[in-house]
Amino acid sequence: MLYFTKLKAALVLLVCALGVIYAAPNFLPSGTFPTESSYLPGKQINLGLDLRGGSHMLLEVDTDTVLRERYDALADAIRTELRQEKIRNRPRESSASGAEITVLSPEDVEKAREIARTAEPNTELGGEGNNITVTYNEIAYRELIDRAIAQSLEVVRRRVDELGTTEPSIQRQGENRIVVQVPGLDDPSRLRAILGRTAKMNFHLVNNEKTAAEARATGLPPGTMILPAADASDQAAGIREYLIDRRIVVSGDNLVDSQPTFSDGRPVVSFRFDAAGGARFGDVTSKNAGRGLAIVLDGEVISAPRINEPILGGNGIITGQFSVQEANDLSLLLRAGALPAPMQILEERSVGPGLGQDSVEAGEFAAVLGLVFVIAFMIISYGRFGVYADIALMMNLILVLAVMSVLQATLTLPGIAGIVLTVGMAVDANVLIFERIREERRNGRSIINAIDAGYRSAMSTILDANITTLIAALVLFSFGSGPIKGFAVTLAIGIITSMFSAIWLTRLLIATWVKRSRPTELVI
Amino acid sequence: MKPLHLIPDDVNVPFLKFRKIFYIVSLVMVLASVGMFFTKGLNFGIDFRGGILVEIKTDGPADINALRDNLGSLGLGDVSIQEFGEPDDVLIQLQRQDGEEEAQMAALAAVTEALGDDVTIRRSELVGPKVGGELKEAGFYSVVISLFLIMVYIWVRFEWQFAIASVAALLHDVLITVGFFVVTGIQFDLATLAAVLTVAGYSINDTVVVFDRIREYLRKFRKMEIPDLLDLSINSTLARTTMTSLTTLLALIALFVFGGEAIRGFTMALIFGIVIGTYSSICVASPLLVVLRLKRKIPEAEEGQEAGA
Repeated sequence: MLYFTKLKAALVLLVCALGVIYAAPNFLPSGTFPTESSYLPGKQINLGLDLRGGSHMLLEVDTDTVLRERYDALADAIRTELRQEKIRNRPRESSASGAEITVLSPEDVEKAREIARTAEPNTELGGEGNNITVTYNEIAYRELIDRAIAQSLEVVRRRVDELGTTEPSIQRQGENRIVVQVPGLDDPSRLRAILGRTAKMNFHLVNNEKTAAEARATGLPPGTMILPAADASDQAAGIREYLIDRRIVVSGDNLVDSQPTFSDGRPVVSFRFDAAGGARFGDVTSKNAGRGLAIVLDGEVISAPRINEPILGGNGIITGQFSVQEANDLSLLLRAGALPAPMQILEERSVGPGLGQDSVEAGEFAAVLGLVFVIAFMIISYGRFGVYADIALMMNLILVLAVMSVLQATLTLPGIAGIVLTVGMAVDANVLIFERIREERRNGRSIINAIDAGYRSAMSTILDANITTLIAALVLFSFGSGPIKGFAVTLAIGIITSMFSAIWLTRLLIATWVKRSRPTELVI
Repeated sequence: MKPLHLIPDDVNVPFLKFRKIFYIVSLVMVLASVGMFFTKGLNFGIDFRGGILVEIKTDGPADINALRDNLGSLGLGDVSIQEFGEPDDVLIQLQRQDGEEEAQMAALAAVTEALGDDVTIRRSELVGPKVGGELKEAGFYSVVISLFLIMVYIWVRFEWQFAIASVAALLHDVLITVGFFVVTGIQFDLATLAAVLTVAGYSINDTVVVFDRIREYLRKFRKMEIPDLLDLSINSTLARTTMTSLTTLLALIALFVFGGEAIRGFTMALIFGIVIGTYSSICVASPLLVVLRLKRKIPEAEEGQEAGA
């Protein structure tokens, strides 16, 4: 079957031509071709962060906080209804596993359970005796988490966009995680600073009955709480804590803009409320002249100025011992909005642009050198047939690049290693075939017969051998962490393309040669 | 020019005669690997352990001792500082900090601040305890799953003896490669785990080639004794086995020498694994078939199975 139909030969050549066309943009300066179309050639391989430099961050949204807040609100709503029905009750500890209420008199339990059951749709009733527990069912739970993650994604996107880098990627991973990838970022600490904070800002009145120290000694007045003072000027003045009213007088949700600016030559942060927030802010500042207004950010008082005059028009500034960078970051966070729940940074990997460039160069050099070694070795071992295998090998590399460009797969440093490994392994199919041809010749078969038998009997071995390696590559891919995925991708693509180039392309080359020159002796 | 036949065409090494020696050598290596794995243990990198890694470039050769004094005074526990490929390239690693994710964050911030502006940070990595644990678990499962899937595939394509023997050879290679990491103390991270799995794929690839030939000869030489048949199969595929290992090793050696420090551990594992994988497919997997009492099936059944495969 050394005979190729015209169609088959044309197909093989077409695949090779497509490979060259789609791989070509990688060898030309970027921007040579338009890249909008998804199928036309023109796209270059997507370099991973380890090769182009940049930051990768894995964040986890603290969904327990979201749940706890929601269950607290639900418990409050149920208790309000119970009070209207004159059912005496008390709340239990706030928890992320349900809204929990204890009914005080046993005869009310039945009625109370009915009220709790109907308080909100998609909830389930639990608890025993006097204790009532209301939990969200699977649908409501999912919806709640999904919404919190969606909001978080949006806020993270707004914050990262403010950094002004190109093509940041922000994606959800698993139930409550977010992966942020910012190519070309020099300073990961900046990313850390803006993603590590919830940025929930609220305005509270400072309590005017007691100081925090007095409250610590004599007990908290009802409806108040003690929060730490974060500002350096407060700490310099010996103020460690503030006693503030629990009630939020104006919420940060009403903020529409915030900018870093200067006041008396020092960096400050200006802010602007929407109409409702501005009205409330004007109202509070008119009625509470002389009292302190605590600006609370993520559970710390960042500033607590005295209200001297009503602030109308909805604009204000936050003063404090800010550096220019801190003022920039704070205004950025306020502009981008608060996260629905705190986030934790689980993993961070950053590569500077210099190292990325070095890695690309080292990888390219090693790949070319490995290629030269293998090419020479194949020619020494198989002569003319080695040349055919080498042509197939180079075609294989071109195909790998082409497939990666089309799929927009990401090339990482381990990915380059995968390609180099493919160079070594791709010739395996040809080695199998050529060794088989040698054997068949020794067994006395004619030239054409030997070549034919060589391809035919090596076929099942090539399949078995490649499929097992492919299994390992696919498991690696699904294992899924960035660098390993990159390795698995190039390995898997390399295995598949090598089956084409090593089997079909070499066969076409050899068939053409046999047809043209009708060799009487096979030197292999 | 006459092509070079690296392995003579009439090669005939009586591998099966030495099989007891191979068994002993392999058993010793496997047991030693497993034993040391449990006593000395792997030098897990921060990917699996959690912790911090910072690679810096200094102006001129780095003063390792000054760096050690500087970072040691931060009170962040063990700080490992080593030259990384070049005299002005330094790798700093910190063990996982007590406490949760925030503690790691704070430590990284402390290190970057202590390093100051005189050095360029080429790379920084932070893996929290949560992710480290998960990666370890996922890594373990990925090894187990790929071994299982490969075994199933071989089982479908061959007799059960082949499946057992190939997976035994595979385990042999994986365990000894892990033992290699224990002995050398090379850091075991995500990339080296990928290397171990590639070794698994390569090893099975090598073994399958020999097994294919055994299956073919079982049908061709009906009267030959099994040990002789195994020897004949190994010898007729010997040229291919060595050729492929050599081309792969050539490519890997280029990568090892010039591919940069970051993937050196990874390529070293591959090089070692390929040598071991080649040895096992010749000297362990096929001789094991004798132990597993490989028999010829009735010819008709054989044909039927082949057609179905």
